[in-house]
Amino acid sequence: MPNLVEIRDLHFGYGDRPVLSGLRMDFPRGKVVAVMGGSGSGKTTILRLIGGQLQAQSGQIRVDGQTVNPQETTALYLLRRKMGMLFQHGALFTDLTVFENVAFPLREHTDLPDELLHDLVLMKLQAVGLRNAAQLKPSQISGGMARRVALARAIALDPGLIMYDEPFAGLDPISMGVTANLIRNLNQALGSTSILVSHDVHESFLIADYVYFLSQGMIVAQGTPAEMLESTDPYVKQFVHAEPDGPVPFHYPGKSLAQDLGLGVPS
Amino acid sequence: MIVNWIAALGRWVRQTISDIGFAANSFFALLRASGGLWRRLRLVTDQIHFIGNYSLVIIAVSGLFVGFVLGLQGYYTLNKYGSEQALGLLVALSLTRELGPVVTALLFAGRAGTSLTAEIGLMKAGEQLAAMEMMAVNPLQRVIAPRFWAGVIAMPVLAAIFSAVGVFGGYVVGVLLIGVDEGAFWSQMQAGVDIWKDIANGVIKSFLFGIAVTFIALYQGYEAQPTPEGVARATTRTVVIASLAVLWLDFVLTALMFNK
Repeated sequence: MPNLVEIRDLHFGYGDRPVLSGLRMDFPRGKVVAVMGGSGSGKTTILRLIGGQLQAQSGQIRVDGQTVNPQETTALYLLRRKMGMLFQHGALFTDLTVFENVAFPLREHTDLPDELLHDLVLMKLQAVGLRNAAQLKPSQISGGMARRVALARAIALDPGLIMYDEPFAGLDPISMGVTANLIRNLNQALGSTSILVSHDVHESFLIADYVYFLSQGMIVAQGTPAEMLESTDPYVKQFVHAEPDGPVPFHYPGKSLAQDLGLGVPS
Repeated sequence: MIVNWIAALGRWVRQTISDIGFAANSFFALLRASGGLWRRLRLVTDQIHFIGNYSLVIIAVSGLFVGFVLGLQGYYTLNKYGSEQALGLLVALSLTRELGPVVTALLFAGRAGTSLTAEIGLMKAGEQLAAMEMMAVNPLQRVIAPRFWAGVIAMPVLAAIFSAVGVFGGYVVGVLLIGVDEGAFWSQMQAGVDIWKDIANGVIKSFLFGIAVTFIALYQGYEAQPTPEGVARATTRTVVIASLAVLWLDFVLTALMFNK
């Protein structure tokens, strides 16, 4: 099976408000696939659906050949052991040290002896360049470092699928470059599949093998980063070249300025 | 106009029943999630230390002052009837039957309950619970259940400490300061306090208060809106709902336990 994750005809919404409509996506094994789009386009929702934290209204999600079903808790928890997720702000446990944060999934899911666990955690921290910060608390490290610790925690069990939720948001250029390199290198070193949700065009295009563009819950474009850069699709053009106006309007939809100022323009 | 009122009342009733049902469902889910805890008792003992230890000072100091006041007020009242020898009995019964369990539970709601709600609410807001779920770790089992049982175990112990310190406070004021006969103070207490009827019923009360207060605190944190405002509201709700629940439960339990 060439795809680790497959999404078919997926519909999801909150009440009457649709968030995702008729999605069909493939995430091939060993690749880094970026899911891009503006705020509120439904990118993070896709990750939560793949992780089984949300239940789709219809459609199917398969991970490693298994259907994701939030109702079947035991099967879902077993499936999640094959996944790692990097949350937007790291979601580190603030009462634990950096070391204990990375050790957490190992302690929960394995019976490794302390010496081996210690070495494994240090190796994971070495991979993200934070071995010497092992005894610090999350409050003592920067946002970029917290993101790297969370990455070390996400790969602690060597998952086949790693999901990244806005890994570049709020980072300085150096941290952004470091994080992008880590994502690419870890993907190769672990032989895993990565799903990268981001709106950062430059960094995402540098490391992604394939890109999906999402707008209002639908896929509006897809292809390699090179194809996306050449795309004439108005939405992709506006997004990639950061144009202030276009299919995504500058002004919040509603009445015109003339109407608001009472200048007699018919509604 | 009247139709709108009836509709609003109907919505409120439906919502309240739905909320109670959801809370009951969560309570049973919590009990189910507690199944494997005996294999990881360390999680519970850590929380007993955290919850119990941090509530200890306020419980002990409050117990001492309640004992002082009981000693004073009891003496004034009993002295009118020449029965000040019964001061020890009055202090002990008031504390073991009522004030120990109730005041401890109210203080516990304000000290440990708010702390639990804020901790769980902030863990939710910081996506720590979601991260745990994604690591295939059930937060109900790993985070909520140990705190729940720690609260349930800590409450009777804290209530016992409250009562013991309160009796000592009554002794200090009644015997050492006012001069009530020491032998009468202790012998009346020993003769009049029943181990089952008074002390065991007080322990049962505080155990049930422990279940109510700790569950309310954890539930409010778990269901809090994951925003600073949401956590603040949940913390306030914990104090209000837990306090009312304790007072209501106390009335019901007192009616059932001391009905002769």
